[in-house]
Amino acid sequence: MNDGVNGVALGVFIFFFLAVTVMGFLAARWRKAENEHSLDEWGLGGRSFGTWVTWFLLGGDLYTAYTFVAVPAAIYAAGAAGFFAVPYTILVYPLIFTFLPRLWSVSHKHGYVTTSDFVRGRFGSKGLSLAVAVTGILATMPYIALQLVGIQAVLDVMGVGGGEDTNWFVKDLPLLIAFGVLAAYTYSSGLRAPALIAFVKDTLIYIVIAVAIIYIPIKLGGFDEVFGAASEKYTAAKAGGLVPLEAGQWTYATLALGSALALFMYPHSITATLSSRSREVIRRNTTILPLYSLMLGLLALLGFMAIAAGVKVTNPQLAIPQLFEDMFPDWFAGVAFAAIGIGALVPAAIMSIAAANLFTRNIYKDFIKPDATPQQETKVSKLVSLLVKVGALVFVLTMDKTVAINFQLLGGIWILQTFPALVGGLFTRWFHRWALLAGWAVGMIYGTVAAYGVASPTQKHFGGSAKEIPGIGEIGYIGLTAFVLNVVVTVVLTFVLKAFKAPEGIDETSPEDYTADAGDPGVQVELPPATAGASH
Amino acid sequence: MSSESPEAGPPVVTPVRVVIALCLFAPFVAMLWVGSYAKVDPAFIGIPFFYWYQMLWVLLSTALTMTAYKLWQRDQRARRGGTK
Repeated sequence: MNDGVNGVALGVFIFFFLAVTVMGFLAARWRKAENEHSLDEWGLGGRSFGTWVTWFLLGGDLYTAYTFVAVPAAIYAAGAAGFFAVPYTILVYPLIFTFLPRLWSVSHKHGYVTTSDFVRGRFGSKGLSLAVAVTGILATMPYIALQLVGIQAVLDVMGVGGGEDTNWFVKDLPLLIAFGVLAAYTYSSGLRAPALIAFVKDTLIYIVIAVAIIYIPIKLGGFDEVFGAASEKYTAAKAGGLVPLEAGQWTYATLALGSALALFMYPHSITATLSSRSREVIRRNTTILPLYSLMLGLLALLGFMAIAAGVKVTNPQLAIPQLFEDMFPDWFAGVAFAAIGIGALVPAAIMSIAAANLFTRNIYKDFIKPDATPQQETKVSKLVSLLVKVGALVFVLTMDKTVAINFQLLGGIWILQTFPALVGGLFTRWFHRWALLAGWAVGMIYGTVAAYGVASPTQKHFGGSAKEIPGIGEIGYIGLTAFVLNVVVTVVLTFVLKAFKAPEGIDETSPEDYTADAGDPGVQVELPPATAGASH
Repeated sequence: MSSESPEAGPPVVTPVRVVIALCLFAPFVAMLWVGSYAKVDPAFIGIPFFYWYQMLWVLLSTALTMTAYKLWQRDQRARRGGTK
């Protein structure tokens, strides 16, 4: 795809990469607590982050490198349909405003580190908690793999990915190095490393987007030209368009809603949330996080610019890196590539920590070694975070990229099936634990089978995430259909189980736990805010 | 404990809380009704309606969530300060 190595861009890229590596290792000393051997310290940064750190951390976590590459790539390939990421991230914030503070409170009160911890405590069911934990780990693994795909795309465009004829070791060496470094500082610094690196990542991303959205359209002759060229391309290709057709509107809406419901079911979102210092930090963040959505919207428009700029790539994932390479001077292309590359490291670190916490708390401690000490928990978690990353690496290096993408698509469908147990559980104890488990199983099976049956021009299975909704006849997001089925099964079975007086399990939480804030008895005292918050 | 049990305090549903709920619910209506904005015109500096309208809603929903947050804070403070 590229003839030579872009020396200047590569130099800038390496500079930023080294800088964040140093930061990653130094992060261990940042806000260090006395009890450094507890899982709260390594896996949740001591639960001490204020509004701004949380904002950077969540932003760095949710808006991943893969998002930056994939959203404009979808626009580049299909037009309007790819823009659903914007309404999706609009809907996330009013949604989490309602339930995330409750999760924060109950988790602080009872020392929960993962969502499965909460589910086990609320419903007194190790089985349900295991289901939630396994779903979380399964959904996170391919997501980590995709972050590596994001780095690979950048390396390819810079010319260090190697051509088809280079041997596999030389080809993958840069990725292996990036990866080894990531694994090492996550191991030593825990969640503090990505929290600190997120500052660099987001600053770079904001600069790159601000420049790109002004500079590139001027070079291309304005937005009229950009959208004109895009429109021509879609018409010629007879695929996509500037506006979704009537048939595509259900898909658009259900994808936006389903993805919004799913986002904060992902373990890495919850890890970043629970690391915040108080309930207020979370509510305040729902009002400032949309700034990232605005950026995502602008970024999506780059997909049209890639068309107008005449970027021709067979793999749409390379469209945006290639656009930067073509449009920007070399040094700034290097900055842009660094932004994407570092953008992959932050979420990959958080995701591996989140998956490791799930394993440690809900599989190791619940099923293998119930009397594990906090030190042992931390040790296991650190090791598992390494294993998870190696697993993702093997996945990326040995399998076709489409496999990772397919699994990520499935992961989104799967993770949504934990919604009734988690969010339902935050508001009511009415649902029966066995009914929730059955609902989860039905949703998982339906979602997997339905996704398997979707064909696309290039793939026989897992060709997309939308399918006809049974009974309605419109094409909708499979995850959301599975979710509705899940809820119906849960409600019906709850009535049945209650009629038969099936044992309900012990609820270790009490109603006031859900509104407790820092400073209340049993909750850590809130430290005086280190930074001026958005309000007060 | 700062919050009282619901029976002892003011009613659970109050006009302020209804407003909060509406603020949080409005983006869902606007965004999921795709038919209302699936069109090219009117364009803004060359950007089709479909795109700038949704980006505008990022700002609108932020303003709405912020309003909900402020109202909620006031609501909680009033309840904490005794039953008004």
